[in-house]
Amino acid sequence: MTTVVTGVGVAAPNGLGRDAFWAATVAGVGGIGPISRFDPSGYPAQLAGEVPGYEAADHIPSRLMAQTDHMTRMSLTAAQWALADASVDPSALPEFGMGVVTASASGGFEFGHRELEKLWSKGSEHVSAYQSFAWFYAVNTGQISIRHGMRGPTGVLVTEQAGGLDAVAQARRQVRKGVQLVMSGGVDASLCPWGWTAQLANGLLSTGRDPATAFLPFDANASGYVPGEGGAILVLEDEHAAARRGAAVYGVIAGYGATFDPRPGSGRPPGLRRAAEMAVSDAGLTPADIDVVFADGAGVAELDRVEAEAITAVFGPRGVPVTVPKTMTGRLYSGGAALDLVSALLSIRHGVIPPTTNIRQPVEGLHLDLVRDVARETPVRAALVLARGYGGFNAAMVVTDERNGR
Amino acid sequence: MTSTSDRRVVITGIGVIAPGGLGTKAFWELLTAGRTATRTLSFFDATPFRSRVAAEADFDPVAEGLSPQEVRRMDRAAQMAVVCTREALADSGFEVVDPTRVGVSVGTAVGATMSLEEEYVVVSDGGRKWLTDHRYATPHLYDYLVPSSFAREVAWSVGAEGPATVVSTGCTSGLDSVGHARELIREGSADVMIAGATDAPISPITVACFDAIKATTARNDDPTHASRPFDNSRDGFVLGEGSAMFVLEELEHARRRGAQIYAELVGFASRSNAFHMTGLRPDGREMAEAIRVALADARLPGDAVDYINAHGSGTKQNDRHETAAFKRSLGDHAYRTPVSSIKSMIGHSLGAIGSIEIAASALAIKHGAVPPTANLHERDPECDLDYVPLTAREQQTDVVLSVGSGFGGFQSAMLLARVA
Repeated sequence: MTTVVTGVGVAAPNGLGRDAFWAATVAGVGGIGPISRFDPSGYPAQLAGEVPGYEAADHIPSRLMAQTDHMTRMSLTAAQWALADASVDPSALPEFGMGVVTASASGGFEFGHRELEKLWSKGSEHVSAYQSFAWFYAVNTGQISIRHGMRGPTGVLVTEQAGGLDAVAQARRQVRKGVQLVMSGGVDASLCPWGWTAQLANGLLSTGRDPATAFLPFDANASGYVPGEGGAILVLEDEHAAARRGAAVYGVIAGYGATFDPRPGSGRPPGLRRAAEMAVSDAGLTPADIDVVFADGAGVAELDRVEAEAITAVFGPRGVPVTVPKTMTGRLYSGGAALDLVSALLSIRHGVIPPTTNIRQPVEGLHLDLVRDVARETPVRAALVLARGYGGFNAAMVVTDERNGR
Repeated sequence: MTSTSDRRVVITGIGVIAPGGLGTKAFWELLTAGRTATRTLSFFDATPFRSRVAAEADFDPVAEGLSPQEVRRMDRAAQMAVVCTREALADSGFEVVDPTRVGVSVGTAVGATMSLEEEYVVVSDGGRKWLTDHRYATPHLYDYLVPSSFAREVAWSVGAEGPATVVSTGCTSGLDSVGHARELIREGSADVMIAGATDAPISPITVACFDAIKATTARNDDPTHASRPFDNSRDGFVLGEGSAMFVLEELEHARRRGAQIYAELVGFASRSNAFHMTGLRPDGREMAEAIRVALADARLPGDAVDYINAHGSGTKQNDRHETAAFKRSLGDHAYRTPVSSIKSMIGHSLGAIGSIEIAASALAIKHGAVPPTANLHERDPECDLDYVPLTAREQQTDVVLSVGSGFGGFQSAMLLARVA
């Protein structure tokens, strides 16, 4: 059973919609800037990747506005675009043959912030009737399934920034079990003061003020990451179902692996290398078949070193082109790896590897062939996407063109 | 994948923290005695709230041996999951040999909501400041923001390095996390999964959000009889808390080490009603479909089911919805099958309850007894099945169906069977 991607929907800080995102990403145009949605001046970190030009009312029925957080609105829009991109009319497909599996990291946190404020400043009778579901981690899956009449298997996985891959892997399991079409991916946002305060607590946010130097994975001046919002939703189908309806295929979800790091002090090796090897092997490939690695790119020296060691252990020193387009968006939590997956598929389609921007002083001794500043034109038949979630979650996924991974 | 789908998954260890009983033994005694653990909410002053009844667990992390650092780092829900994991491991006698073959799957509906609200109050000066002040935040606030920290805590407590995840599908999380773990063992991604669910939602914001839609009971003058699934006088669920964690193993893995086996997880399916985030259609169609697919997964006919552990939340719409689903999926056999809701005794702990109900289902198989539905005196005329009112029933129980229904429209069904 082969699972293919037939549609993508994107809401990214450097481009709303697939085409705007890809044009910016290939050109090396970033979307990181000062936070505009609240006054960040009292906080040590003030930069984020906000999705530009997203007017929810243009995309979302008014009846849904009162009951949805910003991230749910963007996920509904991305899902709608992904279906349109795949030329799918859900009402023409069997209702139990369509599923939804999304990742979430922190739910509809901004919605929750507003309701907490009402509760504590005005009283419980002011809390929204929608609070019971608008903030929780399952909300995007629920709302997407309702909007498109998808009554098949559903799921929600929470593994922080690894979630985008874990959700797509779970969607692939459902397709393999006979579900015709599954919507998957992740869209996240918690750019409200309360969400910002919570994010600051992990000590990993960059306090840089210059968008060009604040987030520098694999650079000697790495000083943490810039968070962002958005992500991507993908349409996954069984290849035969896709072929029957003549769908255009982006590529194949060919391999996946997930591991968890050893507990601190165990002296055992981190799990990222193992996840990458599992994904390549699951795809029926060898490392030599991989044309590009989309790295997790933590922007934290120790985490970058661990990732570089995993990559060189699998591919050898400078053995594969490595890129981190996240330098243009920031890290999008559950949306980040889903967006990287879209980039990997577009790399295959267009034969071009998007660049890692802003890197001026690569850390010495990491032995990475980092695709810097300028996109690299080269045939891409197989790409490896790496993602890590705070606390030790590792995920790796291989996507291939249609000829591979069968 | 098909080459490994004949791998069978069994429960070899159980750990439970529930209202009215810490530990699996106390939990089962409460259920079979038909005692209720619902009471007047005591965690905070609930005077301003519509619903002031709760099912609180008498859980003290310090008494359970967690270190001061662990207590500070973990939300109450994570603490309960870790303590349950410890009980499940001891119960199963499983010791990690190859950490890479051991995974973790933890369900939760609302994550660290209790700690988040406590911290919010601090950094917002009691809700007075929109621009919350990060300088007053605990360093562990990020662990509360992302409930994936629950899976990390369980993985650390076990030493697991296989696939680890949090599954968060609202009130079906506890069924879905175990279903997910079963899937990972079947496909060969792990031989052992530490799986289950936890939730500790009894905080002002949760009580307020259910008040707002009148989903919880207002029977504040009679808290011990407030959870009344299938009873004509029911008026909503009682918010609860708790956790259940399991050691799940591939059958041959369990047999090789001579482990006790409670039950096999023989079938699982989830479906979505794609109807409404909180509303249910009365026909139970999607839950019936989940049951039908779970039976097909188990290769069992509907009349093999000896007992149904119901969702039975005690809301007007739920109890009719699932009664319809049982009839729709099992036909006349639904009328011959005992159905009960342990939420009548321990309330509704949101994402945790699905795993706690799997624990009850496994124990029903082990002990040959079916827990009752407490507080059921006058059946809703539209709920016309055998709900095992008030008193537990001894009966040989080989196959149990446990179902869940949650906000978002999620419907899940798990089938457990005795292993010969």
